[in-house]
Amino acid sequence: MTTASPYLSPTPPAGAAPSSATETPSETLTGSELIWATLAREGVDTVFGYPGGAIMPTYDMLPRYPSIRHILVRHEQCAAHMADGYARASGRVGVAIATSGPGATNLVTAIATAMMDSIPMVCITGQVPSALLGSDAFQEIDITGITLPITKHNYLVTRAEDIVPTLREAFYVARSGRPGPVLVDITKDAQQAQATVTWSDAPVRLPGYRPERGPLVKELEQALTLLQHAQRPLILAGHGVVESAATSALLEFVRRTDIPVACTLLGLGGFPASHEHNLGMMGMHGEAWVNQAIQEADLLVAVGMRFDDRVTGNVKNYAKGAKKIHIELDPAEINKVVKVDVALVGDARAILSQLNPHVTETHHPAWRARIDQLKGDAAVRDIKSLPDYGKLYAPHVIHDLWQLTEGKALIVTDVGQHQMWEAQYYKHDYPRKLLTSGGLGTMGFALPAAIGARFACPGEEIWVICGDGGFQMTAAELSTCAQENIKLNIAIINNGFLGMVRQWQQMFYDRRYVATPIKSPDFVKLAEAHELLGLRVTRRSEIADAVAAARASAVTTLVDFRVDAEDSVYPMVPAGANLDEMIRRPLPEPPPTTSKPETGAGQ
Amino acid sequence: MTNTLRQTIVAQLEDKPGVLNRVTSLLRRRNYNIISLNVGRTHEPGISRMTLVLEGSDDEAGRITANLYKLVNVLSVQNLTHTQNVSRDLSLIKVRATAATRSAILELAEVFRARVVDLGSEALTLEVTGSQEKLDGLLPMLEPFGLLEMVQTGTVVMRRGPTSLVSQTLRPLAAE
Repeated sequence: MTTASPYLSPTPPAGAAPSSATETPSETLTGSELIWATLAREGVDTVFGYPGGAIMPTYDMLPRYPSIRHILVRHEQCAAHMADGYARASGRVGVAIATSGPGATNLVTAIATAMMDSIPMVCITGQVPSALLGSDAFQEIDITGITLPITKHNYLVTRAEDIVPTLREAFYVARSGRPGPVLVDITKDAQQAQATVTWSDAPVRLPGYRPERGPLVKELEQALTLLQHAQRPLILAGHGVVESAATSALLEFVRRTDIPVACTLLGLGGFPASHEHNLGMMGMHGEAWVNQAIQEADLLVAVGMRFDDRVTGNVKNYAKGAKKIHIELDPAEINKVVKVDVALVGDARAILSQLNPHVTETHHPAWRARIDQLKGDAAVRDIKSLPDYGKLYAPHVIHDLWQLTEGKALIVTDVGQHQMWEAQYYKHDYPRKLLTSGGLGTMGFALPAAIGARFACPGEEIWVICGDGGFQMTAAELSTCAQENIKLNIAIINNGFLGMVRQWQQMFYDRRYVATPIKSPDFVKLAEAHELLGLRVTRRSEIADAVAAARASAVTTLVDFRVDAEDSVYPMVPAGANLDEMIRRPLPEPPPTTSKPETGAGQ
Repeated sequence: MTNTLRQTIVAQLEDKPGVLNRVTSLLRRRNYNIISLNVGRTHEPGISRMTLVLEGSDDEAGRITANLYKLVNVLSVQNLTHTQNVSRDLSLIKVRATAATRSAILELAEVFRARVVDLGSEALTLEVTGSQEKLDGLLPMLEPFGLLEMVQTGTVVMRRGPTSLVSQTLRPLAAE
């Protein structure tokens, strides 16, 4: 509003103790140093980036800030995916850095990925000197213009003295309220110029930005009344449960109300999969009984989810008999897709904690029995319980991986069939243990996001689950794993197809497999070329040994699982169909006479 | 669905470069169709005011308001569709006027309280201030004489009575 910055006071406030991060209350530094100093004060320990002309002054100062580790990527898109993975795994703000022009535009897909999934991230880009702005200078691009619709907010900084307040604002905006990516574009001359700063830890205040909200007492009372009278209630738990750390509040809510819980893809792990009230995933590839239960419910309690079209199917016929309570931080999500009866706008954990002492204890034995009945022959159709007849099936791989890792690994998936199988067969009991691109559905996300997660959670076992198509989009980051001594386990679900598109071609395009067969390099040799370990698995009986070898290996280990080429993900709600109109897995066929059963099961 | 009507939304914005771009980008991305958009400075330094008129239901207007609030540079948003307001559009209308038709046009102008702001031997220009309805009434009357050019500002709106949307915006800021 005014040119005077409220974030840097000209003199230190009287009686204020000097900040622990610096001895002197004010100092004169270059813009480049101010960037790193601000990151360090924000608690940043790792940044992912790629240097170039317009960001060189800043890279030149990096060695002066040894508390910050820089990971050199192979493509800027992966830098931002790594920052995203770091943020998803830790809940802290991830940071990516790139140069102007192509460096900046390469970030775009990953920024959009973070935007769609509400991930806190700060991207710093270099920009041509301010005197050249608007002149189509070498490597000049209007990245603030380009990223306007895919960032929560963005900034162009042309003066060194604006760097600190702008970056502080950027971190605050990225992590507060509904989180999201923020881009800060800094001209080269602003990086080179000097500015005097007085460090301040005063909270950032923005005149037009008020992320904290809460519902009215009247609205809470309306919700309590609906809860008290519901006969067939269902909780829909989304990403907001994970983001607001609402798991224990939700567990208490479920204990008091006896309401079963269905999760969105990004909500998996927000409510423990092994809990007796957990039903599993909803939506296009959700469990059949979950989608059926949604259609039969008389009350939906949606917590931190946004009724995505992959969750609702045909909105016109979505849960028509149900009243809806929507607990959601972002008021713009209320009534966007589904008209709700009571909207509780605010933080999921805060609202559940407000409701908990006042909810009437209810019991729903008949409704829960009805849902058990809806499961019907689902178990019979489930490939998990079917013999493999010598073939390797992706669901078997994922199910066995879940058992072998005791459900405790941090899983990062890519996008496609394997992503849905992971969601169905790897049971997550803890939040932030499944990182996946839900909203944008970005292929190539898995490997870089897992590298980011590695730095957020150094001690954890991490498994990348990725298709052969998606892996090739960002496979160059194997080099990053080798250079930085990063230990990951990579399971490539290799079916020689762009599997999800092939599945749609099979179901909706009369099996015309156009542009979906895909040739891959020898992934084992590819791993070895990077001085990493590569293994191949072609039978179910080999899975356990391969997983053990990967876990024992000190270097990143890639396992090439050669799975059945034409298996499909079931059940499936075709796009735009009603939620209960599912394509189910065909009932098991008798064993083929030509091949010998591999497992001996079913004999 | 609720009925579609003419929605009037007023927002106070930080007077910074690119803020209008953020607003229009949002409206385009969410596929809202604008009838008129007016942005100008206010008496308060650093605050500009936007008046947005569009067709939509009250539900849609509610979501536009919520989405505008999400923009960091938007200070406050009010929907004035259902309040008592003063609403003005200004138009300049250039119409063919010869010695033979001039007096008839001037008579019309008098009835509609339009001012003559330019007068030549072949044409004259009228300035009309008022609601959109007034303009909709005048235009067909001028049509037979030969309409040469018409230009319109966006609608600007102010609530009746002592309420000040700008002080409402500033009050919570001062309290912080």
